[in-house]
Amino acid sequence: MKLYCLSGHPNLPCLVLKFKSVTVMLDCSLDLTTTFSFLPLPLVHSARLAKLPSWVPKDADASDQDTLKTLKKELKECAGRVFVDSPPEVGIPEGGLLDLSTVDVILVSSFQCILALPYITEYTGFNGMIYATEPTAQMGRQLMEELVHYTERVPKTRTASKWKEPAVFKTLPAQLRDGLNPAALRDCYGLHDINSALSKVQLVGYAQKLDVFGALQIMPLSSGYCIGSCNWLIQSHYEKISYISSSSVLTTHPQPMDQGPLQNTDVLILAGLTQSPTANPDSMLSEFCSHLAVTIKNGGSVLVPCYPSGVVYDLFECLAVFLDSSGLMQLPVYFVSPMADSSLAYSNIFAEWLCQSKQSKVYLPEAPFVHEELKTISRLKVFPSVHGDFSSEFKTPCVVFAGHPSLRFGDGVHFMEMWGQSKANTVIFVEPDIPYLEALAPFQPLAMKAVNCPIDTRLSFQQANKIISDLKPLHVVLPENYITPPPSLPQRSDLVLEADPPPTTYQRGEVLSLPIKRMYEKIEITPELASALVPSEIRQGVAVASVTGILEAKDNNYVLQSVPKQPTAGPGQKRKREDNADFAPPKPHVWGAVQVEQFVQDLEKNGVTDVKVEDTPSGHIIHLQSEDTLIQIEDGSTHIFCEGNEELRIKLRNILLKCLSKF
Amino acid sequence: MILFLLFMWWPTGAGQDVGRSCILVSIGGKNIMLDCGMHMGYNDERRFPDFTYITQSGTLNDHLDCVIISHFHLDHCGCLPYMTEMVGYDGPIYMTHPTKAICPILLEDYRKITVDRKGESQATFFTSQMIKDCMKKVVPVNLHQTVQVVILNIPQVDDELEIKAYYAGHVLGAAMFLIKVGSESVVYTGDYNMTPDRHLGAAWIDKCRPDLLITESTYATTIRDSKRCRERDFLKKVHETIEKGGKVLIPVFALGRAQELCILLETFWERMNIKAPIYFSTGLTEKANNYYRLFITWTNQKIRKTFVKRNMFEFKHIKAFDRSYIDNPGPMVVFATPGMLHAGLSLQVFKKWAPDSKNMVIMPGYCVAGTVGHKILNGIRKIEFENKKVLEVRMAVEYMSFSAHADAQGIMQLIRYCEPRNVMLVHGEGQKMDFLSKKITQEFGVQCFFPANGETVTIETNPNIPVDASLNLLKREASLTGPPDPKRPRVLHGALIMKENSLRLVSPSQAMRELGLKEHEIRFTSTVTIHDPQPSQGTVERLCTHLKGTLKDHSIQHMPDGSIMIDSVLIKVSGSSEEEETKDFLVSWPYEDEDLGSQLMTLLRKGLPRTVEA
Repeated sequence: MKLYCLSGHPNLPCLVLKFKSVTVMLDCSLDLTTTFSFLPLPLVHSARLAKLPSWVPKDADASDQDTLKTLKKELKECAGRVFVDSPPEVGIPEGGLLDLSTVDVILVSSFQCILALPYITEYTGFNGMIYATEPTAQMGRQLMEELVHYTERVPKTRTASKWKEPAVFKTLPAQLRDGLNPAALRDCYGLHDINSALSKVQLVGYAQKLDVFGALQIMPLSSGYCIGSCNWLIQSHYEKISYISSSSVLTTHPQPMDQGPLQNTDVLILAGLTQSPTANPDSMLSEFCSHLAVTIKNGGSVLVPCYPSGVVYDLFECLAVFLDSSGLMQLPVYFVSPMADSSLAYSNIFAEWLCQSKQSKVYLPEAPFVHEELKTISRLKVFPSVHGDFSSEFKTPCVVFAGHPSLRFGDGVHFMEMWGQSKANTVIFVEPDIPYLEALAPFQPLAMKAVNCPIDTRLSFQQANKIISDLKPLHVVLPENYITPPPSLPQRSDLVLEADPPPTTYQRGEVLSLPIKRMYEKIEITPELASALVPSEIRQGVAVASVTGILEAKDNNYVLQSVPKQPTAGPGQKRKREDNADFAPPKPHVWGAVQVEQFVQDLEKNGVTDVKVEDTPSGHIIHLQSEDTLIQIEDGSTHIFCEGNEELRIKLRNILLKCLSKF
Repeated sequence: MILFLLFMWWPTGAGQDVGRSCILVSIGGKNIMLDCGMHMGYNDERRFPDFTYITQSGTLNDHLDCVIISHFHLDHCGCLPYMTEMVGYDGPIYMTHPTKAICPILLEDYRKITVDRKGESQATFFTSQMIKDCMKKVVPVNLHQTVQVVILNIPQVDDELEIKAYYAGHVLGAAMFLIKVGSESVVYTGDYNMTPDRHLGAAWIDKCRPDLLITESTYATTIRDSKRCRERDFLKKVHETIEKGGKVLIPVFALGRAQELCILLETFWERMNIKAPIYFSTGLTEKANNYYRLFITWTNQKIRKTFVKRNMFEFKHIKAFDRSYIDNPGPMVVFATPGMLHAGLSLQVFKKWAPDSKNMVIMPGYCVAGTVGHKILNGIRKIEFENKKVLEVRMAVEYMSFSAHADAQGIMQLIRYCEPRNVMLVHGEGQKMDFLSKKITQEFGVQCFFPANGETVTIETNPNIPVDASLNLLKREASLTGPPDPKRPRVLHGALIMKENSLRLVSPSQAMRELGLKEHEIRFTSTVTIHDPQPSQGTVERLCTHLKGTLKDHSIQHMPDGSIMIDSVLIKVSGSSEEEETKDFLVSWPYEDEDLGSQLMTLLRKGLPRTVEA
């Protein structure tokens, strides 16, 4: 069994598992951190961005004027950092490790881990199945479409590529190069790619057993992190592999994590722990509220860069309660995203995927989330973008939830440009995937306050270690980063994962051999064949029978059936008999030792009386003097020497067989 | 072996949706009740199934492992509170989320009618509290989720009994269920519809190959979309009445058919640009539509795709009704509760409109005996009320069933989908079922039953026996026979070890090792003396060629020491001299090759052919 690691980022997994000749891709995440190397795409022309100075490598080859000229256009400097002035590009999973057209199944754990799907399904010759829950597919679609909206609505014809050339790339500052693989960078896909990719998705429910070629059984299990998110159990009849990524044991809106079936697996592949191991989600939430309140009270406005789904659902609920209690009921709250409407609507029809308390609300019948009501009474104002109706509604001070959290595209860029130079305003980062200083870099120097309140409900190291010890897997496979403390907190030796035996680790581009040795395969025996078996008891409760049957394999399922009755071969049908020679059951398997006295008695009973028994060092020799026949009996063998008298030989054979055990 | 005990179900009278479903299945030692319907045609104890059939004394807990409800219609779930709270059952009840949401509302509605109208004492009928307590025992299931049934009083999950729900498309939340115990399985369809309709999708099931498919057969002989026709008929009648200035009253229950008819009228009004108002009596309306909005994932593709922009259950043409509108002049359509015209607004409207022959009342569902609805459907045109007033009914009275059921073609389609080994038809009329069952047997070659009410059917299953086969054995066997060849059967020889509860198939030598058995080797060595006048020089070669010509399927090797190996049989020439005309052959073989050994003995005794075959 092999594991190919197409992504090393613990929260943006993309792994491929080869097991029982089935190739299974576990998640296909898109790396959006690559966009931090690019300048933001403003909605309207930004004089500030346009005026940024060009940057050229210090030791540039002055003779290559063309390259320098191009580079001057491609690279800009802002507050001491270098950015690429081009539509942001995204990082796709490693392509060279294996032929992705051979992938049989793609399993998607959550809507955050589906974004690279079009690159796999549309551009590799992929021809397999994709399994995802309905919320994962729907909300994944929203995230993808939002990305496309953001990149396509700002026409930017110029695409920078010179900087990616290896000779140039190596001269760029480390800040730009680190963690960036130019070969894996791609332009964003289009709507057509999304539709085509998602049309291949087969929707699945929690605890649904999926059969893959009869060889594997796959089951999604609630992971508790977001609506429709799941862990996967991949099993044959004898081996179990669990894949846990982005799980949560906290009580938020999704259905709680289902750990039961994940017990005692042969291999546990664990990824997607919290990205903010030192930030408690609850205290972050209250910090979020207090920063917001302070800003509003000082007459400023608040920008919350966010995705259209996920943590915002909890934020809206929490914010509504907070605003009520702090007398800010009149504060306008805007939710600006091309997917805002759709995201809110879908969240309320996925009751089956929500926690018990939200689920039971539909029995009343009430919408599971309060945002429906907030929207109805206009306390939450939803707009597809800042264009159009928004401008007539817009009032400050206010709170704006807007995408994209990377601040490289989307309406959030607009608010940053608009509010960035006022000290009264605050930008609050809540999405844990976003290193907020990276996001802010191209907006520096900045007067507005920036606060990081990452709300990450995924497993903490402590929770993950508990899960490992509870689930008792035989082997654990982890991203390499999880066995050492985070680089920013090297002294926190508690922020590591441990397992016994020590976990196997992976990083991008590696191929691991996983320690699973297959010993058995489930086959079925037909009742006809079973009833014809002759078991011989070896000892109390243990029996053995020799079996001869015809093995039929269909869809990787084996059935052993009776050998068809041989047609009695008439003359001229010789051929047939030979064909069926293979079908004949072998001779019984003989075991045990011959008791000489018993054997001699049996011989006499059958009329063989002229017997002389001789002891030898290793056994006995029985001599049938009149027939010139010898029977040499030893502990584990008997050898009959006779002079061509077949009748006698067969008689002796049969007497001997009666003295021995067989099956 | 699966055993069935059947209660009464299916229509006893023709045409109307009377009857109830309640089936008991005994499979692999587990007893499962499929639906728990109420017979709407009776007012006495006959409306409930006779649970003494299951047990004479005590609770049902000891005799029933779980109850499965296919959908929220009362002829499928109406008896639940009676069974759980009055007879006594505490085990799990499974149904889908929408069924769990809507079922208690219909039960409460029905309870009110029965108790309030007839003044039946609470002692013979269940109470509101009983409905609530009953619903607490319900475990909601999602589509395609494999549910391991938790058996009452056994703490751990019983992984023996598994159920799985499939989309049935009959009403919101309707499901078919696969029930599996070990290697035996049954599919129960409840009511289903194989063609997507106005608000629901088509039923679907995977190739689960159950031992038995229990399918409804309401429209056993009807082919093709009879529902579409009924819808057209309905619209035509409504339209005609409106055209001539009449009023249309549609008494409904707040949930179920009401929404379906609303969508139907809404789209018709939109298309035909009709101005006459449609009203829906207030109260439950908004709440009811809310259920549909929240369970949009259970509707059809089209509604699901467009719901963000336009929710099908937010009606443009249908407005809330006010009592004062009753006397408004001009045409209108009014949906009013309750559905059997026994009380409330629908009866009030009826009393006002009945005398005018221009008007029409359309009854879309069954009415309990004794209600005004029941009377007018049975042709009574003079209705006497408590105050001795007699109402003359001149308005047109129409009955229309809109339930979506699979037609014969749909039933055949479902059989094709899931490939059952046996089929059982229920919920249909005898003659029609007879016809369909013949067709099924003919087309699929499977047994098809259609037992009468109360009959017990036993179906034999003969499942294969699963064993753990050593991978080494399978691989070795595969390497011996080469690449898979569909024309050539693969023969497997092995030893089956039976120990405690495990069955393992391994190679015989591995079995010996594992069981600590010492193999006993048997070998035979025989001498054959044959008459052969030819010079002994080349005897071995001649023998070799002779054998190769005779034993084509065996490997024959001429060894360097002058012996011949035929598979594991060794032949040596011994004790012959140049002059002698006889030669001695020493033949030696192990017991495994006994057949070949004795075959060679016979062959050699016949002597060598004089001339060597070319």
